[in-house]
Amino acid sequence: MEKFSLGSENLDLRIRIAELERELADYRSGAVANSNTNGHATHALDGEGEEDEEEETPTPQDQDDRAVRLDLDEFRRYGRQMIMTEVGLDGQLQLKRSKVLLIGAGGLGCPAAAYLAGAGIGTIGIVDHDLVEPSNLHRQIMHTVEKVGQPKVKSIISSLKRINPNPKYVAHNYALTPENSIETLGKYDLVLDCTDSPQTRYMISDACVLLGKPLVSASALRSDGQLVVLNNPPGEGPCYRCVFPKPPPPESVLSCGEGGVLGPVVGAMGVLMSTEALKVLLSKADKKKRRKPAHLSPDIRPADAKDTPKKEGSLEQKRFYMTIYSAFSDTPFRTIRMFGKRKTCQACSPAATITKESMRNGSLDYVAFCGGKGSGKYPPLTKDEVINVEEYSKLRENKEGGILIDVRDDVQFGMCALENSINVPITTILTLPMIAEKDGMDGEDKKSIPIPAWLPRDTSTPIYFICRLGNDSRIAVQRLKRSGLVRGNVIKDVKGGLWEWSRKVDKTFPLY
Amino acid sequence: MSADTIPITVELAGGLELLFDNEKKLNINLPAKMNDGDAANINYLVNYLCVHEMKDTRREMFEINGTVRAGILVLINDADWELEGEGEYVLQPKDTILFVSTLHGG
Repeated sequence: MEKFSLGSENLDLRIRIAELERELADYRSGAVANSNTNGHATHALDGEGEEDEEEETPTPQDQDDRAVRLDLDEFRRYGRQMIMTEVGLDGQLQLKRSKVLLIGAGGLGCPAAAYLAGAGIGTIGIVDHDLVEPSNLHRQIMHTVEKVGQPKVKSIISSLKRINPNPKYVAHNYALTPENSIETLGKYDLVLDCTDSPQTRYMISDACVLLGKPLVSASALRSDGQLVVLNNPPGEGPCYRCVFPKPPPPESVLSCGEGGVLGPVVGAMGVLMSTEALKVLLSKADKKKRRKPAHLSPDIRPADAKDTPKKEGSLEQKRFYMTIYSAFSDTPFRTIRMFGKRKTCQACSPAATITKESMRNGSLDYVAFCGGKGSGKYPPLTKDEVINVEEYSKLRENKEGGILIDVRDDVQFGMCALENSINVPITTILTLPMIAEKDGMDGEDKKSIPIPAWLPRDTSTPIYFICRLGNDSRIAVQRLKRSGLVRGNVIKDVKGGLWEWSRKVDKTFPLY
Repeated sequence: MSADTIPITVELAGGLELLFDNEKKLNINLPAKMNDGDAANINYLVNYLCVHEMKDTRREMFEINGTVRAGILVLINDADWELEGEGEYVLQPKDTILFVSTLHGG
């Protein structure tokens, strides 16, 4: 059995090679003149378009010409993927004709862009308004030490050019907004969502639906990743709103900066995104134009051709899947079947209310839709409940520092901590009873709640809370006060947390 | 295992395991009948998990209004729960229910 299939595969490969050689011969005899007289058409100018605006918009004729031929270097460069039956010359030309936009040049965008550039996509646009930071380097593999401080789009494009100078790279060095999204995405055939917040994910999906662009969307956090291809084919596949009609509560949303992320996990998701992108683009290549192997008489082909409409007809039952990756799980990769298009979807159903106009004029507020910028996440404190790092440092020098409670989790506390601080993670603080709750309890539960060992027994020892950035410590102050377990003690938040401490008091304390 | 309970596997991913003391997989013998005598469904399981298995006290990170909060995908034997009747789906012995928090990082 195996012998047979290897043999037939061998034959297929020989046929493909012959086919490509024939095409190469054709090209040599006829096309070289084309590439000489019309040099700009064979490959897009590499440096061009690096500034925000695309200069001349090529006429459709130009675009066609540009896509028609591959030069000899390109045959050598792309040969390893071209000899795959899924690619072929038609597929490679399709890639060259394609314009792909990556939104986000971070942990997902870097590997995705690297493989798309390598594969020979004709035009690659990248949107990002951030600068490269040292904390990016463990996962954002297109950025390097010497590029810290540079705009990410500039950094990534210079790296991509070193992989493949052929594509046209377009830098969009600004933040995507509802107002500019239609114009930005409109120039491309396919979009990759490599961003990091719910609001951008809804916005990009809405724009893709309105413009009829397929969308490859992935995300990652800690050791988990998710990947889904949306609006594919446009108008048929579900959009982001179909999959997630309601945004998550803001307090449940963590960025990679807050929750952490393992480099290869987000990297794997970015790589998978590039595969999905290539699949979407290659599906548009016209395989019917392929030369038929000589041993296949034309009479056999119509039988093949019959298969094609059958495939298209089965689209109605097309199923949609999401890939989820859980690196530390026993079954790291799983593919789950999704519900599909939602009949009441606000963006992509006949009942849709979202329009290009409502995006362009900014009347859609994605931040508000997603519950605000997390502003409700952390409670405001009064002046008496806050102390700045310099003042607190003085108190410590005078041995008046009271109890310093570090509310980070034990992993972070184990990385670095202030001397004599004790670790009570915020998750533990949140288990404290609240007075209101206590009063509402029935008799049985109302018996006195034991005071945790880490709280002072007297009423004079001040209690200070600290954390990484000064957010969770605010919650801790409020929560301890509401618990009613402490009476009379000063309870304060060390403002700005260990980050401020490192910047203003002790520069040797690690920033992370 | 008595007939009064059904054995199911609950899996947690996307960070939800942190609410469950970092347990990614729970083997549970769920009471087969809910308080009203009907067979146990997903919403019942959600409440059961909050009461018996969840270690974090922020119940609203998992459950809101009697079902999972927005931003959690529920997969019944690897298929979106909306294909199976959502919270009303009646649990069967040996079902695997996966709760995944949607991720937004990148």
